[in-house]
Amino acid sequence: MDWARAMPIAGLTGGLLIGLAGAVMLLGLGRIAGVSGMVARATGIAPTGAPRATAAAFILGLPIGALLITLFAGPVQTRFPTSLAALVIGGLIVGLGTRMGSGCTSGHGVCGLSRLSPRSIAATATFMVSGFATVALLRLAGVTW
Amino acid sequence: MVIKRAFIALIAGLLFGAGLAHSGMSDPARVHAFLDMSGGAWDPTLAFVMGGAIGPMAIAWLIRRRLERPLADTRFSLPETTGMTPALIGGSALFGIGWGIAGLCPGPAVADLAIAPLPAAIFVVAMLGGMVLQRIVPAIPSRLSSEISHV
Repeated sequence: MDWARAMPIAGLTGGLLIGLAGAVMLLGLGRIAGVSGMVARATGIAPTGAPRATAAAFILGLPIGALLITLFAGPVQTRFPTSLAALVIGGLIVGLGTRMGSGCTSGHGVCGLSRLSPRSIAATATFMVSGFATVALLRLAGVTW
Repeated sequence: MVIKRAFIALIAGLLFGAGLAHSGMSDPARVHAFLDMSGGAWDPTLAFVMGGAIGPMAIAWLIRRRLERPLADTRFSLPETTGMTPALIGGSALFGIGWGIAGLCPGPAVADLAIAPLPAAIFVVAMLGGMVLQRIVPAIPSRLSSEISHV
């Protein structure tokens, strides 16, 4: 384990902010703070769901919130895959999979797990196992970061 | 009301994006290091983020039971919690593959548009392509039609 690089305190406090965001959406608007669904709704890819203005405002808030952290708390590290193929293939599969599976880490992982939703528990267990397996298989194939 | 609701959604988005950036989740390599258990440098940060996020969210679900309607809307619009479908499991399995390949899920990818615009935009455009694909290819199973889900 890499405790030297791990950020347990920042992880917990950042997680609290994310949970708070989910609570604002649920108690304020009666909706799940699911990013994949909101992206699909904001772009019009999803025909139904949250009002587009709501979805667009939520999605717009994500980069602005991240920007505020860089402005007031200092630089934020972002180490992306250097391979263009990894970004494009990864993005395609994430888009396809999250729409098929009705959610991602935020909707199923944060909002659904805390709701003890059987569907979200199954979805989260599935994408976690699948993510671990994918990275392990890529490592076996010699693809590491 | 439209403006008020959009403003509330913007605040939620801001908190969410700030949380992602503060917690290190906007760094694909850190997420990848969480998923990489066999590399000898496993990074547990993501587990702390999930733990931190589930706390306030669990309290919110408890408060929700006492509310007849949300504070700024006429009704709750929440997805079904039961009904295991091939699309749910298959889609989630696919999502995990893409997550493992790129170290990115939708939230961090969108938040990163402000911090690392070029690679984030490449991923997000590809992701939108995948979402369109799901919509237009009839052979790809979609969600239950009875669902009001937009998770």
